[in-house]
Amino acid sequence: MNEKYIPRYDMTGVIQSIHEYFLSVMPAGLAYVTELVLIGILFLLFYAVVGLILVLAERKVAAFFQLRLGPYRVGPWGVFQTIADFIKLLLKEILEIKAADKFLFNLAPFIVIIASFMAIAAIPFGYSLHAIDFDMGLFYVLAVTSVGVLGVLLAGWSSNNKYSLIGAMRSGAQIVSYELSIGLSLMTIVVMIGSLQLSTIVQSQADGWWIFKGHIPAVIAFVIFLIASTAETNRGPFDLAEAESELTAGFHTEYSGIKFAFFFLAEYMNMFIAASIAATVFLGGWMPLHIGNLEWFNNIMDYIPAFVWYIGKTAFVIWILMWFKWTFPRLRIDQLLTLEWKYLLPINLINLVLAAFIVLMGWHF
Amino acid sequence: MNVVIFYTFAAIILLFSLLAVTSRKILHAAVFLLFVLISTSGLYFLLEYYFLAAVQLTLYAGGIVVLIVFSILLTSGIDDRFPLVKPLKAAASGGLAILGIVLALAAVLRFPFAAASSNALVVDMKTIGRSLLSYDVNGYVLPFEAISILLLAAMIAAIVVAKKKGEKQS
Repeated sequence: MNEKYIPRYDMTGVIQSIHEYFLSVMPAGLAYVTELVLIGILFLLFYAVVGLILVLAERKVAAFFQLRLGPYRVGPWGVFQTIADFIKLLLKEILEIKAADKFLFNLAPFIVIIASFMAIAAIPFGYSLHAIDFDMGLFYVLAVTSVGVLGVLLAGWSSNNKYSLIGAMRSGAQIVSYELSIGLSLMTIVVMIGSLQLSTIVQSQADGWWIFKGHIPAVIAFVIFLIASTAETNRGPFDLAEAESELTAGFHTEYSGIKFAFFFLAEYMNMFIAASIAATVFLGGWMPLHIGNLEWFNNIMDYIPAFVWYIGKTAFVIWILMWFKWTFPRLRIDQLLTLEWKYLLPINLINLVLAAFIVLMGWHF
Repeated sequence: MNVVIFYTFAAIILLFSLLAVTSRKILHAAVFLLFVLISTSGLYFLLEYYFLAAVQLTLYAGGIVVLIVFSILLTSGIDDRFPLVKPLKAAASGGLAILGIVLALAAVLRFPFAAASSNALVVDMKTIGRSLLSYDVNGYVLPFEAISILLLAAMIAAIVVAKKKGEKQS
């Protein structure tokens, strides 16, 4: 693919004119800083809105799977429920734990949330709708998200609570092992693309998404990625770190108010990031559904804006992850580690070799 | 702009390195080390060497510090503190550190640093991959393979150490 695919509704011009407006009213250095701050605020807002929507979606999906109605009182169909919950969380008292390690106790939520915040910056929301886009984009996202586990470990230890500590240990073992599967399953597709740059990855799917183009290895990698990212985000059936029937609330037992909200929000944002990466690498990101050179079909699909495609695919993957959570029972820690080290990892390695072979023979499209 | 960011990172690195060696709580020291490592990766980002920056984050911040913290969690209680160092020892190690700084500065400052006139070298994924596995002048296949053997040996050793002794599986 040499020429770049540019969607019908292109945002580049708008972004460019905003940039030029800033340059016209202030010196270059100040304009640069202003844009940085604006993008930061934009991401914070996005973060809060997505968090609120995801929590509501989770409760509605859970209700759907359990034949309930879910939140129904605040607003029509309960759509304002999470906003009310959020206000309640903000007003709650932040408990001080006397025997806790204060410094680490207060630091831990920030490590978790900053790690997810840094990852979201690299995600392509549309053509040229990137905060950062560089050669190592995918690797960067993986690297940044791997820092988040430290917050969980520190939270567990500094709470000075046995439940928290056990939760943190479980979460550490889990995340460190499942990171391998995430990396390797993404590698399978990277072998076919030949690039780690997220914009290039999206561009490479202009004639079909990788899950269709990559034959069987892509499908296997997609399934493994979904399983591993569920584990990585500490969600059920892998929510051993906060297994409420055994550990009250795991590593965040001692947290209250806004600090608890940070953990809560970070969990949902990590799910959003995992879903975004799955959508970007396997399902084409913001790329509309294209079938090879079928012009009339591709043209119809182009009428749907890129951002809608991106949100739609991400929502689809998030829905699958929620489906997982409310369908499967929780695994034991030994089952969890067996699944990773004895099944997923060997399958993944073989899959990677298979993908490399397909690329070598030129069988992929 | 770059200069401001560079000095910010440098200040963070210096401050937290000092705190990491002077802190009396071992987990605090590990967290300060984490800040140092993350700021170092920030410096690599500033140099636009994204590969090394991401490696720094994933290996050091996400890997090694996690392992350190993990082992501390298993072994240390919340009230454990290092005993205070005796003044003589503190003076001796402080003096050694200052001597080291002076020596390093003396060696570094003698080198005439000049701004590079050629264009920045683009180091992308393919360049790194090819030079890691090539036999040419710029190839690193021998160290690469040697490190992988070392890793294998370390993994086998870890399994041997972790294996239960005395129990015979039926």
